[in-house]
Amino acid sequence: MTTSSLNDQPTRRQAAMAVLSHAATAEIAGHLDAIAVPVHEQLREPENGLVMLRGRIGGDGAPFNLGEATVSRAAIRLVSGEVGFGYTLGRDREKARLIALCDALIQTNEFAAAVEVQVLTPLRARIATDRQRKAAETAATKVDFYTLVRGEG
Amino acid sequence: MYVAVKGGERAIENAHRLLAHERRGDRDVPEVSLAQISGQLSLGVDRVMTEGSLYDRELAALAIKQARGDMIEAIFLLRAFRATLPRFGASEPVDTSRMQVRRRISSTFKDMPGGQILGSTFDYTHRLLDPVLAGESMPEAPALAEAQPLAMPRVTDILGRDGLIESSPAEDADQPVGDLTRDALSFPADRDLRLQNLARADEGFLLSLGYSSQRGYGRNHPFAGEIRLGEVEVEFMAEDVGFAVPLGAITLTECQMVNQFKGTDTEAPCFTRGYGLAFGQSERKAMSMALVDRALRARELGEDVQAPAQDEEFVMSHSDNVQATGFVEHLKLPHYVDFQSELGLLRKLRKEFHEAMETPSEMQEAAE
Repeated sequence: MTTSSLNDQPTRRQAAMAVLSHAATAEIAGHLDAIAVPVHEQLREPENGLVMLRGRIGGDGAPFNLGEATVSRAAIRLVSGEVGFGYTLGRDREKARLIALCDALIQTNEFAAAVEVQVLTPLRARIATDRQRKAAETAATKVDFYTLVRGEG
Repeated sequence: MYVAVKGGERAIENAHRLLAHERRGDRDVPEVSLAQISGQLSLGVDRVMTEGSLYDRELAALAIKQARGDMIEAIFLLRAFRATLPRFGASEPVDTSRMQVRRRISSTFKDMPGGQILGSTFDYTHRLLDPVLAGESMPEAPALAEAQPLAMPRVTDILGRDGLIESSPAEDADQPVGDLTRDALSFPADRDLRLQNLARADEGFLLSLGYSSQRGYGRNHPFAGEIRLGEVEVEFMAEDVGFAVPLGAITLTECQMVNQFKGTDTEAPCFTRGYGLAFGQSERKAMSMALVDRALRARELGEDVQAPAQDEEFVMSHSDNVQATGFVEHLKLPHYVDFQSELGLLRKLRKEFHEAMETPSEMQEAAE
């Protein structure tokens, strides 16, 4: 996360978005079922668009335009006034809407803990498990030169 | 002309109906799904995303299905789709040093921090057709090993610490990032524009140019400093939200070529660099891109521009396969009027030629 702030809310919201963007729509919806979501309205109709993805020359130099990606976004407002935003790669507008809803909920005193426990915690665990499995599969293909040299001979 | 166009309407409609029929193939064979294309022909999907310049696996799979496996047609479809959506903005530049690496190799250092990780690769396969795959088969589950949370610095960062390799060009906040989808190409082109052009360039074209530079046409002594594949996080500075929003992760292949050193009276010699970056697992593309990127730096590095791979106008004007196919394939379209005028001219010239043959000239008469 690149943005810092006097209070920790942007960081907390960013961390939540980072988890949600890695989750499938049905997963988020399933976990949200456990929460009595308050009345809210759509501030921005969920829509599809593009974001130009940038790389850096040499990996660490000046930026250049690599190519675009499809992105969905949405914004909602809770009846209590909190505004939530949802942005995610891909064309799934419902996912953007659900992320916006979670973003609004974690800004409330009433629902922040519930979203953390019911939605983010299980998603974090699932994502971590997937990452660990991938990392373990990758680690098995690491070349161990010492083993090769040490063979009987 | 208009008579011909009207007469073609029904034929065109029926031709497209026949296309749909042939696309489907044998109707007794199950139809291929987008999930199958995306999952089992994944490197084809990666190529279409890279050269279609649009990261969206499902759309690229659809394009491949619709194009009956014709990759350039699929790339064309993806480019056309892209034009239908609004652009929200540009992402923060991705940080490939924080990639969740699934493959990472170097041909320059045997032992490097983080190690050599083969991942899934065709390298070291025997390139023998596998009859098992002709039927249905379920492969073994992947082997697992304990993953150590090791830092994986780029090889270029390691060389850079001792000043053995040039630094990447620094970011200039006042300089807008060039975008060839917004502004017409002009020459000389800066490296950001060249890399954008190469990123969406035809893989075969870059492969051939890269190969030509290795064979001596603009030679620059490359080593594959590092190739890495994996997932990187994307962030987007959304004005309405007020902070950089995480969008999720994309898969990238990055190639760092380490090339022959340069030096001047005032600067100590050091290695130079060529850079390649592509969507998905696109290793050949990333390597070719890095070779051509380095070759195109000839002017900047004071090298003689003698070979095609060093000529930015030649490379950038011919690298795009959608543009190239448009111009080549437009030759199929009716050129009846053009051709009639050529035909008329040719008939006139031939008539003049034969008339000249039949009327002996004064020279010939004198000789007889």
